Amino acid sequence: MSDITRDEVAHLARLARLDLPEEDLTHYAEQLDVILDAVAAVSQVAADDIPATSHPVPMANVFRDDVNRGCLDRDEVLSQAPAAEDGRFQVPRILDDEEPS
Amino acid sequence: MTAMVTVDDALTRYEPVIGLEVHVELGTVSKMFCGCPTTFGGEPNTQVCPVCLGLPGSLPVVNRAAIESTIRMGLALNCDIAEWCRFARKNYFYPDMPKDYQISQYDEPLCTDGYLDVTVPLADGGSEVVRVGIERVHMEEDTGKLTHTGGATGRIHGADYSLVDYNRAGIPLVEIVTKPVTGTGGLAPAVARAYVAALRDIMRSLGVSDVRMEEGSLRCDANVSLAPPGQPWGTRTETKNVNSLRSVERAVTFEIRRQAGVLDAGGHIVQETRHFHEDDGTTTPGRSKEEAEDYRYFPEPDLLPVAPDPAWVDELRTTLPELPAARRARLQEQWGISDFDMDSLINAGAVELVEATVAAGADQGAARKWWMGELSRAAKDRGVELAELGVTPADVARIADLVGQGTLNDKLARLVFEGVAAGEGSPDEVVAARGLELVSDDTALLAALDDAIAANEDAVAKIRDGKVQAAGAIIGAVMKATRGQADAARVRELLLERLGE
Repeated sequence: MSDITRDEVAHLARLARLDLPEEDLTHYAEQLDVILDAVAAVSQVAADDIPATSHPVPMANVFRDDVNRGCLDRDEVLSQAPAAEDGRFQVPRILDDEEPS
Repeated sequence: MTAMVTVDDALTRYEPVIGLEVHVELGTVSKMFCGCPTTFGGEPNTQVCPVCLGLPGSLPVVNRAAIESTIRMGLALNCDIAEWCRFARKNYFYPDMPKDYQISQYDEPLCTDGYLDVTVPLADGGSEVVRVGIERVHMEEDTGKLTHTGGATGRIHGADYSLVDYNRAGIPLVEIVTKPVTGTGGLAPAVARAYVAALRDIMRSLGVSDVRMEEGSLRCDANVSLAPPGQPWGTRTETKNVNSLRSVERAVTFEIRRQAGVLDAGGHIVQETRHFHEDDGTTTPGRSKEEAEDYRYFPEPDLLPVAPDPAWVDELRTTLPELPAARRARLQEQWGISDFDMDSLINAGAVELVEATVAAGADQGAARKWWMGELSRAAKDRGVELAELGVTPADVARIADLVGQGTLNDKLARLVFEGVAAGEGSPDEVVAARGLELVSDDTALLAALDDAIAANEDAVAKIRDGKVQAAGAIIGAVMKATRGQADAARVRELLLERLGE
């Protein structure tokens, strides 16, 4: 039985940049509980000796050669952006954040 | 702000532990997951496609050359190469990655558990070899470049908005993480610097990156913590983007001094990222980590696992060039020079230059003399690395040759170096343009000599009395008359001949 708290829902919402109203947190916590319980059913049949599967197709090593292929036209690219300046995408003020790497 | 203490003082009470994370941009022709070019300095957003712009429906495909380069780096760093590993998504919202995640590796890096032996210069001119453990070498993609607009400083704080160029987004990036380096005491800053320098040399000899720190193709983050001897490690700080060898050393030094001051005052170190300032060598706090980073890594569903065939790895092992440490040992033996002389060359960054000068025909002694003497001084005066002086090994070999032939003496040779470094052309062009050849024509020398003899009767009398050291005055006068272009030894010969008549 999973037990998602309101705080966890608020944290997830913040990570996903979702603006969840305070009063909805309990509602989503209950829903997420139901979903997690459903998924947890898998562990009843998947024992420890069965590794978690990330890639269902048994393939590996699909590579491309190190050669250049065409790029997009810059004007066409920037025409899709909400705003551009000086050949660059314009994005809103970032404020106090900083680059991860 | 707490008082800073000196490094020596700090070390009487605390042991530093350092760790380094170095990002190297690979020198592949195309990006990590798409065919866009990786050329530095292109017009913004002209090297982009649906994949590196993260457009819906686009799919990445791994660049084989990037995997090869990473495996070769891992092998050169004595790492184990994973038999099977996956890429992972690192999720974060930041405009430098249009996908809102970076493809990286998380708990399954391609290379693990290696080491690099680093020669660290000591204050007494000698050196010590320190083994730096390598925790992991993994692949990821570089991010776009942000320009902050508005506000007074051009920095992110106070900016009105930012502009993004995605040319760099998706360039293959390899992250090399050391194990914690302990027990180096006051040598810690020098170890950090020497490690990054050694790594740079290896990348260069592998040919996997142009490793230009000034263009950002090698970037370093430095972790530092302090603890009293015998105590568990202290809380660490991570100083980001320390982008020159000198800065690496300064940033580690500053953090040791700052943290010691905080601990002395009974304070505690905040775990945080810090920014390094080139101008005054200080660090200041970046974003404080109120919440632990939560990147929600998960296996990248758009890419298949990488499982390098051991036969392929063995084949790549055979492509490893002679690595810098081995090459240095070989050269030292070839040149027959002492450990001390070899250390001096290494510390001055002159080994490769001397080697190339010898290859261009110079004697190793002459090559070392010029690089370690005149040219080292000039580089120091201008605050540049020897290799950036504008004088090539071929130039040095040619000038050494001209000295050997007697066309130049050391004094004139220095003027030729000055001319070459100032961009006046090749050594021969500088000699011709500045008229620097030694006067080897005896007639011209004898004329100057006769003038000097006539003007220095006292000295002549002394020489005739057997006080040969008085010849200096006359030789000096001849050198002056010929603007230093006389061969002093020849002048002396001629003088003694003249007076012996």
